[in-house]
Amino acid sequence: MVTKVMENATSTKLIQAQRGIATGIPIMLGYLPIAIAYGVLAKQSGLTIAEVTLMSILVYAGAAQFMGANLIAVGTGAIEIIIATFVLNFRHFVMSLSFMNRLRGFGLKWKVPLSLGLTDESFSVASLHGEKAKQENGTYFYAALMLTAYLSWISGSFLGALLGDVMPQSLSQSMGIALYAMFIGLLIPSVKKEIKMGLIALIAMLVNFIFSQFLDTGWAIVLGTLIGGLIGVFVLKEEKK
Amino acid sequence: MILIIILGMSLVTMIPRFMPAYIVDNVHFPDWVNRWLNAIPYAALGALIFPGILTVKPDQPYVGLTGGLIAILLAVLRLNIILVVIGAIATVFFLTTIL
Repeated sequence: MVTKVMENATSTKLIQAQRGIATGIPIMLGYLPIAIAYGVLAKQSGLTIAEVTLMSILVYAGAAQFMGANLIAVGTGAIEIIIATFVLNFRHFVMSLSFMNRLRGFGLKWKVPLSLGLTDESFSVASLHGEKAKQENGTYFYAALMLTAYLSWISGSFLGALLGDVMPQSLSQSMGIALYAMFIGLLIPSVKKEIKMGLIALIAMLVNFIFSQFLDTGWAIVLGTLIGGLIGVFVLKEEKK
Repeated sequence: MILIIILGMSLVTMIPRFMPAYIVDNVHFPDWVNRWLNAIPYAALGALIFPGILTVKPDQPYVGLTGGLIAILLAVLRLNIILVVIGAIATVFFLTTIL
């Protein structure tokens, strides 16, 4: 039964925040095992528990953190590690430009913190809930979603560093598919709705695959995303204002 | 030294993340750029899935591939995304430990 009670501003904020957390649960499921694995590896690389956790708080980018921990372990220089991180994470610039363009209506006090919460996963999930940008207090949805993912990442890496290898190796290895499966689970419904989204994704895969043969993974993903997205210029309809 | 590395990694990751917040506040894009940006999530999903999924078990690319195909199947059947994820994990677990 629909309650006749008027929703006041506080309750739409709460509802949006609850939806955001619920939408973030699959990211949490994917993040926890990977964050724990990162915590274990980084600790073994010689970082203290505080450093392991601080890297998750300040960098918040899975692949870069694994790479960083590995490179620190083999004694690579700081500049080299930082440049490699920049290359690997530059895709977030493209993703952020896409997401921020959707959030044009929000003030900077929302856009800046939300942009800092963007990862491959939070970007994908948030973008496929683009309708929230037009809803009342949609900011709370995105903020709750981002925070759910962020806090899972931080707590997972802290646990990994603290407890060491808690997961059986066979299980943690199987968990490696989790985020890919989530990406697939996000993409397929959009493709079923509009087949051209599949074309865009397919071109991006192909371009990424070709460039990954002779470029850094980071640049290959950036080029795949940009060139795949370019197909959208020709196949997507103009957005209604 | 590790602290400097972490701070450096943080800066080069955060700056590209928040720059667009200021860019969209100051620049209005023509319509074709908006369409390009609207297609980015789908392109990014594609680029994030492949060929990365082949490295789930680096020496046996078919493991990730099979997990991915199961995920596609479950998603096509409109299962909740959490079940899609769990199904793919179970598939990889089965392929790597039971077989």
